[in-house]
Amino acid sequence: MSAAVIVLEDGMVLPCRSVGAPGTALGEMVFTTGMNGYQEAVTDPSYLGQILTFSAPMIGNYGTGDQALESGRVWPGAVIATRIGDSPGVAGPVGFRSWLIAQGVVAVEDADTRRLVRHLRDHGAMRGGVSTELGAEELLALVREHPPLDDRDLSLEAAGARRSLGDNGPTIVAVDCGMKQGILDGLAGSGMRVEVVPAGTTAEAILALGPDGVFISNGPGDPAACVPVIDALSGVLGKVPVFGICLGHQLLSHALGLRTEKLPFGHRGANHPVQRAEDGVVEITVQNHGYAVVADSLPDGVEVTRTSLFDGSVEGIAAPELLAASVQYHPEARPGPHDATYLFRAFRDRVAS
Amino acid sequence: MPRREDIRTIMVLGSGPIVIGQAGEFDYSGTQGCRALRDEGYRIVLVNSNPATIMTDPGVADRTYVEPLDVQAAERIIQAEQPDAILPTLGGQTALNLAIDLAEAGVLERHGVELIGADVDVIRRAEDRDLFKECMREVGVPVLDSRIATDLEGAREAADVLGYPIILRPAFTLGGEGGGVALTPDDLEPVVTNALAASPISQVLMERSVTGWDEIELEVVRDRNDNAVIVCTIENLDPMGVHTGDSVTVAPAMTLDDREQQLLRDAAIQVVRAVGVETGGANVQFALNRATGEMVVIEMNPRVSRSSALASKATGFPIARIAARLAIGYTLDELPNDITKVTPASFEPTLDYVAVKVPRFAFEKLTEDRVPLSTYMQSVGEVLALGRTFGEALGKALSARELDARLDEPASVDEALERLRKPSWDRFDLMMWAAARGSTAEQLHASTGVHPWFTHEIVALATAAEGLPEDLAAIDHDQMLDARRRGLTDRDIAVRTGASEAEVGQRRHALGVRPSYRAVDTCAAEFAAITPYYYGTFGTESESTPLDRPSVVVLGSGPNRIGQGIEFDYCCVHAAMTAQELGYAAIMINCNPETVSTDHGVSDRLYMEPVTLDAVLDICQAEQPLGVIAQLGGQTPLRLAAPLKAAGVNVLGTSPEAIDMAEDRGRFGALLGDLGLKAPPWAMAEGEADLLAAAEDVGYPALVRPSYVLGGRAMAIVSGPDELRAWMAKEKPQGLVMVDRFLAGATEIDVDALSDGESTWIAGVMEHVEEAGVHSGDSACVLPPQGIGDDADADVRRQAALLAEAIGVKGLLNVQFALRDGTAYVIEANPRASRTVPFVAKATGVPVVRHAVRLMLGESIGDLGLPAGRAMNHVAVKEAVLPFARFPWADPVLGPEMRSTGEVMGIGATFTEAFAKAQRGARQALPRSGTVFLSVRDEDKPRVAGLAADIHAAGLEIVATGGTASAVAAAGIPVREVNKISDGPPHVADLILGGEVAMVVCTPSGRGDRADGAIIRRAAVRAGVPCITTIEAAEAGAQSLGVDPSVVAPVALQDLVIG
Repeated sequence: MSAAVIVLEDGMVLPCRSVGAPGTALGEMVFTTGMNGYQEAVTDPSYLGQILTFSAPMIGNYGTGDQALESGRVWPGAVIATRIGDSPGVAGPVGFRSWLIAQGVVAVEDADTRRLVRHLRDHGAMRGGVSTELGAEELLALVREHPPLDDRDLSLEAAGARRSLGDNGPTIVAVDCGMKQGILDGLAGSGMRVEVVPAGTTAEAILALGPDGVFISNGPGDPAACVPVIDALSGVLGKVPVFGICLGHQLLSHALGLRTEKLPFGHRGANHPVQRAEDGVVEITVQNHGYAVVADSLPDGVEVTRTSLFDGSVEGIAAPELLAASVQYHPEARPGPHDATYLFRAFRDRVAS
Repeated sequence: MPRREDIRTIMVLGSGPIVIGQAGEFDYSGTQGCRALRDEGYRIVLVNSNPATIMTDPGVADRTYVEPLDVQAAERIIQAEQPDAILPTLGGQTALNLAIDLAEAGVLERHGVELIGADVDVIRRAEDRDLFKECMREVGVPVLDSRIATDLEGAREAADVLGYPIILRPAFTLGGEGGGVALTPDDLEPVVTNALAASPISQVLMERSVTGWDEIELEVVRDRNDNAVIVCTIENLDPMGVHTGDSVTVAPAMTLDDREQQLLRDAAIQVVRAVGVETGGANVQFALNRATGEMVVIEMNPRVSRSSALASKATGFPIARIAARLAIGYTLDELPNDITKVTPASFEPTLDYVAVKVPRFAFEKLTEDRVPLSTYMQSVGEVLALGRTFGEALGKALSARELDARLDEPASVDEALERLRKPSWDRFDLMMWAAARGSTAEQLHASTGVHPWFTHEIVALATAAEGLPEDLAAIDHDQMLDARRRGLTDRDIAVRTGASEAEVGQRRHALGVRPSYRAVDTCAAEFAAITPYYYGTFGTESESTPLDRPSVVVLGSGPNRIGQGIEFDYCCVHAAMTAQELGYAAIMINCNPETVSTDHGVSDRLYMEPVTLDAVLDICQAEQPLGVIAQLGGQTPLRLAAPLKAAGVNVLGTSPEAIDMAEDRGRFGALLGDLGLKAPPWAMAEGEADLLAAAEDVGYPALVRPSYVLGGRAMAIVSGPDELRAWMAKEKPQGLVMVDRFLAGATEIDVDALSDGESTWIAGVMEHVEEAGVHSGDSACVLPPQGIGDDADADVRRQAALLAEAIGVKGLLNVQFALRDGTAYVIEANPRASRTVPFVAKATGVPVVRHAVRLMLGESIGDLGLPAGRAMNHVAVKEAVLPFARFPWADPVLGPEMRSTGEVMGIGATFTEAFAKAQRGARQALPRSGTVFLSVRDEDKPRVAGLAADIHAAGLEIVATGGTASAVAAAGIPVREVNKISDGPPHVADLILGGEVAMVVCTPSGRGDRADGAIIRRAAVRAGVPCITTIEAAEAGAQSLGVDPSVVAPVALQDLVIG
């Protein structure tokens, strides 16, 4: 284990130790407060272009396994934690640290993650870098040259291949902007046949598949920049029921005429309270997003259905006449609480009726 | 939803005396609950028999009843106060049981009182094993295959169906009391008999054993809108088979993956919904088979608990405060998170540190045998430590226990591994010992069943010192930092290097290795924390910023143990409140999660840190307080006074030099001589020959004890050289032994005094019921004294004042006297808060500790406005509560070694009224009819006639064995003679176990015939009948037999008239 360094674009430097693959990673610095499900987290495509810090005290305490994969690869450029262990477990004989190395991921431990989290909380999201080979000054120079995440459409890069899942029930087309496997399983598991198409697929191509409903997935990047998907959505709205999760929620909002803005430091974790407008019930939700929908001037026919109790930001919208609804959080969980899994069944019911 | 407006007065039930399984955590919960409800504008009526609690301070509730927690007292209080609702979920199992009793007795209906928090159906569904399982099966949550048995025959049939091993759990008991494991059919009978006896409804649950599965607990909070959150998941290191109260536990769960975590979360919420807890907290326990993924729910408690207190301290989420407010109608989203203020309580805390709880046992005080841990709780206290890694937290927690007993070292690693197969109180010390000598994580796992992730961490901690130089001066910055981050304490490094703990601290500071303080904030720093609750670790920035006003550090008392319980926490909490009233910032340091002092709302800053020299010094250097209060937390902080002063910290109040004058026998003896005060002859000696000679000089009977003891550890009365030799062989005392002449037949007097060093105010004079020789902590006492006379009363007051001023006390002094033939002999003087201080404060209405703190901060006795008079129109009795029901193999006699875990108070117009109430409070209610068994030793025979006359006059019958029966008959009082045990059946023990005796008086003789007495007393404990073991207590009891509980009025502390 060798020395490594973390730098932030404002010049903050944190020493740490490399426990992963050698190398240098650049990206937006983000943190998650989820305490387990680390393998699920790092395989979430929404982390593309980011460096992920776990605030959890110790990760890698149990083994890795295929059932915990949310996609085929690790997406954040680097993983930062207080301690990254390598224990095998029931799930599989390969420890998390060894698995990260095998995946070629830069990973560092013994970093003062609480200081890092407090810094991001107080100063907002910013670029950063982790390197096992460069000095702090060299790394800082690279960080400052690295393009910010804003205004970048990463959905095409994060999208997977054309695929299908499930063989009965209504057909939906799921637009993959970097979709987690959990969402695909959630849709199919609720009794729907899912045709997955990559971001960039046009409205015509989507409708040509004869869907009973359209779904827009989560994914990385700045929602305002994802013009192809927003355009495609505009073309299907009102024709079939639409459901969106996370980035999909933000893209639906754009298609409905709302805008998004960058949150100070994002929502990433498995403990976020979200209140439903319809009955006041609070769901404990899983979140992973850096942008939020702004509801200052709601177009006619659009309503806010869910609100974050942490910061009051929009967590769900609906446009009933256009058969569209979406949530900012992750009903599929993985990792996290199952309070919102009913949303998949609710979508199925909307599609079927 | 808004708070309920149809309720005005709420009665809150406390948990009664501290017993194993129910400790200060319920003072913490109850105090929070009372304050929260009072802040909402409700009128609070509190009932709790335990005076050593903050919740029974007259300012916490509107009406405070220190009364027995039984139906009779509760109904009288309901009549007097007309509450609209009763909140039974903050007072542990005791309060739930009382709520059920009140419902069944028709009291609730009769007076139109509603239960809030949990209704009778919910309590029954959670507590009745059968109903609970039925309820779980209905919603599809897996439970263990089980059978209910109500007699031995039924148990045998059930066992045949279930197969062995079988776990037995009695219904409606605390902390698994009376439970056990039957491995084979041969084990079944004793375990079943014990379990049936322990259950008030003679019902025992027998279930398939899941011993060895992992045990995990979830703390759930739910509101009336069906919002449910998991506050904390607590993973037990000890697998199933060891009671969770006796397990080392950790939060957050370390080894659960997302699938397992969510399986448990979903099930926990389902359980709470199914049982029907609509508002408040609940604890749900699961067993998880990691190999198969199989999960079963073991039990749930529809109330706050020891685990919920732990979860609150581990996360910063105040479950009791929230639960109390949910009970009166709020929903989680309407309540703010205490720590952030800007986010709501409807969320799940996330941790960026590791919290480790380690239990504290006291077996050395109860038995010489190695008693295995089991499904019933046996520990008496616990510590909580927080660190950035598990190893750091575990290292801190182990050091925070302040063990009195040293590890009984095995001869070899193999022996250690073999011993580890049976879970013992010292298993983690044994694992550390074995790991330091080469045992692998796999071996430790194989021997203990502790998850391999934890055994790897234990090996890492045990071997962390290996890379360190053995010369302290050779340790460099990085090595020191690395050692501390791995979980080694200064003391561990001292052991490695042969230096003192203070020297390691100096070296560490010279290297610039100091802890930084991190906030416990419920949210892993995602939001700014308003409430300053900290732990120490070795990071790169500290969140504890300089205070804007002078501060006072209050040192807590560490883990509860026999001899040092929550009475000291009571004192520490008062110190914090007083410092704040005087304009200082109060900084609390303590590591005991079962306390009010570690409620982050009590002080301006809370440090959840071990009360050890290294941790305290580091905090003092970071905070630069005006001074440190070390005299209120018992021996734990008192021991630190001198080294803290040596390190430049200002010790407030009585100086360490003055403390030494009282604690050093030589100096203290000289002082008594100078003052012309009498003490029993005494000497100190080392080694058998010198000790025998010293005892000869002092004279027998003699009281012997090692020179440093707490709670009378290893203290004994020896009647001659043979007993002295036997004592030495048994206790193997190290270093000097103190020998005092024992004044047989003397009355013990306790005096608590306040002094500024120049003048002194006597806060209370207490007469003990049992004679000197029974540890003062185990003896009942009465205030004001009933039988010592005005002259003796004035004399002990005079002597205490003389001592206080000669020692130079600034604050509190406790003096113990033995009064014989009109002469008061000084037994000892302790320049600190004594365990009687809360009792004195409650009995007299004077906030003694607050005055003491003002004295420490520079005021004089004259400034305090203390009452001049001391007339009381009432009598207060304190009674000790002993843990023998939990240790059926121990002989329940009283002696110089303290064994009680808690205390109760009874207040009455007369001594007998107060004494009878105290006995009810101690769950030793004196019978009003039936038969009393008497067996007294020869020395007590002259007093048996009076005793028997009182029993006879109260209308009870008397049975007795041989000598005692003759003595009673000789006095002309009817008595039935019964066989001694040696006479063969049917003998006295048969009679007792057969339920034919309502009370046992059995005083132990000095010699011979001990076995008979022990069998009789153990039978009484097993049968659950009051067992009195001293003649003085028997006399007090006999006089009080005629007191009718339904006639004696309850007394609110607010109504006491003093002065």
